[in-house]
Amino acid sequence: MAEQPLLSVENLTVQFRGDAGWVNAVEGVDFAVGAGECLGIVGESGSGKSVSALSILKLHSPANTRYASGAIRYGDRDLLTLPQRRLRQVRGGEIAMIFQDPMSSLNPVLTIADQIMEPLRQHQGLSVQAARRKAIELLDMVRISDASRRIDDYPHRLSGGMRQRVMIAIAVACRPRLLIADEPTTALDVTIQSQILELLRELQREIGMSVILITHDLGVVAEFAQRVVVMYAGRVVETASVPALFERPMHPYTEGLIRAVPNLDEDVHRLTTIPGSIPDPSMSITGCRFSPRCREAVQSCLEKPPSLVDAGAGHLARCPPRIAAGGIS
Amino acid sequence: MSAAPIVVVRDLVKTFVARGAALRAVDGVSFDVRQGETLGLVGESGSGKSTTGRILVGLEAATSGSINLFGQEISSVRGRVTPAAVRRRLQFVFQDPQNSLNPRMRAQDAIAEPLDVTGGWSRIARDDRVRELLEMVGLPRSCGDRFPHEFSGGQRQRIGIARALALKPDFVICDEPVSSLDVSMQAQIVNLLLDLQERLGLSYLFIAHDLAVVRSISTRVAVMYAGGIVELAPKRELYTSPRHPYTQALLAAVPRITSNRARAAVITGELPSQIDTVPGCTFHPRCPFALERCRIEKPKLREIAPGHLAACHLHETPA
Ligand SMILES: Nc1ncnc2c1ncn2[C@@H]1O[C@H](COP(=O)(O)OP(=O)(O)OP(=O)(O)O)[C@@H](O)[C@H]1O
Ligand SMILES: Nc1ncnc2c1ncn2[C@@H]1O[C@H](COP(=O)(O)OP(=O)(O)OP(=O)(O)O)[C@@H](O)[C@H]1O
Ligand code: SF4
Ligand code: SF4
Ligand SMILES: [Mg+2]
Ligand SMILES: [Mg+2]
Repeated sequence: MAEQPLLSVENLTVQFRGDAGWVNAVEGVDFAVGAGECLGIVGESGSGKSVSALSILKLHSPANTRYASGAIRYGDRDLLTLPQRRLRQVRGGEIAMIFQDPMSSLNPVLTIADQIMEPLRQHQGLSVQAARRKAIELLDMVRISDASRRIDDYPHRLSGGMRQRVMIAIAVACRPRLLIADEPTTALDVTIQSQILELLRELQREIGMSVILITHDLGVVAEFAQRVVVMYAGRVVETASVPALFERPMHPYTEGLIRAVPNLDEDVHRLTTIPGSIPDPSMSITGCRFSPRCREAVQSCLEKPPSLVDAGAGHLARCPPRIAAGGIS
Repeated sequence: MSAAPIVVVRDLVKTFVARGAALRAVDGVSFDVRQGETLGLVGESGSGKSTTGRILVGLEAATSGSINLFGQEISSVRGRVTPAAVRRRLQFVFQDPQNSLNPRMRAQDAIAEPLDVTGGWSRIARDDRVRELLEMVGLPRSCGDRFPHEFSGGQRQRIGIARALALKPDFVICDEPVSSLDVSMQAQIVNLLLDLQERLGLSYLFIAHDLAVVRSISTRVAVMYAGGIVELAPKRELYTSPRHPYTQALLAAVPRITSNRARAAVITGELPSQIDTVPGCTFHPRCPFALERCRIEKPKLREIAPGHLAACHLHETPA
């Protein structure tokens, strides 16, 4: 990424109020996405992907959330310090979000028509008729059949994958500069998924839209993203270009993730897992947060938290032993 | 040796009526699930997979068709309820954990709810069982007193699975239980479901979009398109020699992390309307092999090799 990125998250720390005080859900997170680029974010459940993504538009409830450090640079602005009123103009217009959970983010008492037309009327000032026409077009684009009739349905009448596509239609309605997509295609069959990804690619080409794609589907990341951020226990543990990450993963955790992808081409008795589980954010671990699960842990790993180091060519990893060994085991 | 079927579904139809228009969500589905096996159910989004599952557990009434569960005929048509004894042996893991968990209920109470409803559990036995279930699904034993919003998306799904397993059912319908999980947790849950199956002789109907996951857990796999099953075969056969063009398109469209990062040809064409009845094969507008006949005559699901069924005019002569 040679030029100035479209958006960069710098040293982001987000805390939630827990029983025993404030707990870091993500800590010191850095990543950036360039214009027209797609950045993938992967990592186990609970690693802080959604917390990071929701922070970009400050969508956490202010009552129990603290942005303890960091900045979200977008142009010459810092979205973390932008007044609510100005942030609202950015939200849904320039920066759109597809939420991980389509059911809870669609309003159950409004029809699909109401919900897609709303941003079109608000951000683009379309008339009711024009907005409705545009909304039907969008539903067609996300491959919903009988769009002109399904548009008057309420969300509960749609299948899971249809709701997900409605969310996508709402998000791209205003042709955003940045689309934050949190698990956008998990509920779709792969033929529709590839058509949706193709649609996003078109928007990238046409209007230079950037995408932050959060997904546990490493295949989708490999095919769609240019760069990848791997998160573990609230921190970025590795970041690299797609080919580098999949061909030469540096962090033992990334390797584990890649090995756990089930194989389409063979029958296995059991799938490969990463033993153990992700630590709760409230748990204190002195050294590397992956050390309790890492087969390669050495004494120094337990002593102090490792930092994210550039191993060359923009390939960063948070694993000193691997960096010292040149990255590959 | 094939075990006796514990679930027999015949000609299941579900029509939703809205504003005068009838929508055929499930359009004549038939299948069996045998004792101890997993029938994988994949297919197009909106093709009726969840509706089929919901009818089986009695959350939805069928328009017509018959269902036999554990040897008992269940008339699933409106007005008849599944007997409690049958219902207990059948559990459901939802597609959408957010929606199925009460936001004001602590994880431990959500998991214990089926126990509380059936009754007969002492406080200590109940709490032990909850902790055991939490551990089974890979959550810390101590997290039971947290509320759903305090868990990540994937963690919430694990609570849903723990809850479904609470009453030790015989047959579990899993509607995309691992879709929201990361690869590692997905693998752990799949392995867990396989272990439980081995230990307890459980049967599953496993609905999912990830074809690799479905391959790893299923005994046989059924592929749905526009309300109907278009292909059903033992898994190895389905993955190595898919016969229906839709199944072939699905397998070709799976994104991969290795080697051929070049994208497979995207199939285009109109999706089937579920409101207007389209004559012929529901897949013909998107099918690269469509014949004239495919536009007029609907292909029937028939056995094209032992245990291998497909609904396609290209495969009409039985093997
Ligand atoms: N509102 C909240 N209050 C307290 N803790 C939270 C809140 N939201 C998330 N967390 C915690 O923050 C951590 C990161 O959660 P996050 O939702 O970002 O995970 P994720 O990487 O998106 O996981 P998944 O793949 O399951 O969606 C988890 O430990 C989670 O329990
Ligand atoms: N309560 C309802 N009222 C009206 N239509 C409904 C209702 N529930 C489902 N449908 C419709 O029935 C069809 C089948 O839906 P279903 O949820 O079974 O699909 P699915 O195969 O599970 O899809 P997905 O993979 O997207 O979850 C869809 O067109 C859906 O919109
Ligand atoms: S820093 Fe040490 S414990 Fe952490 S991943 Fe690297 S080798 Fe393993
Ligand atoms: S019946 Fe015809 S249109 Fe349908 S899948 Fe077979 S070849 Fe294609
Ligand atoms: Mg998330
Ligand atoms: Mg469904």
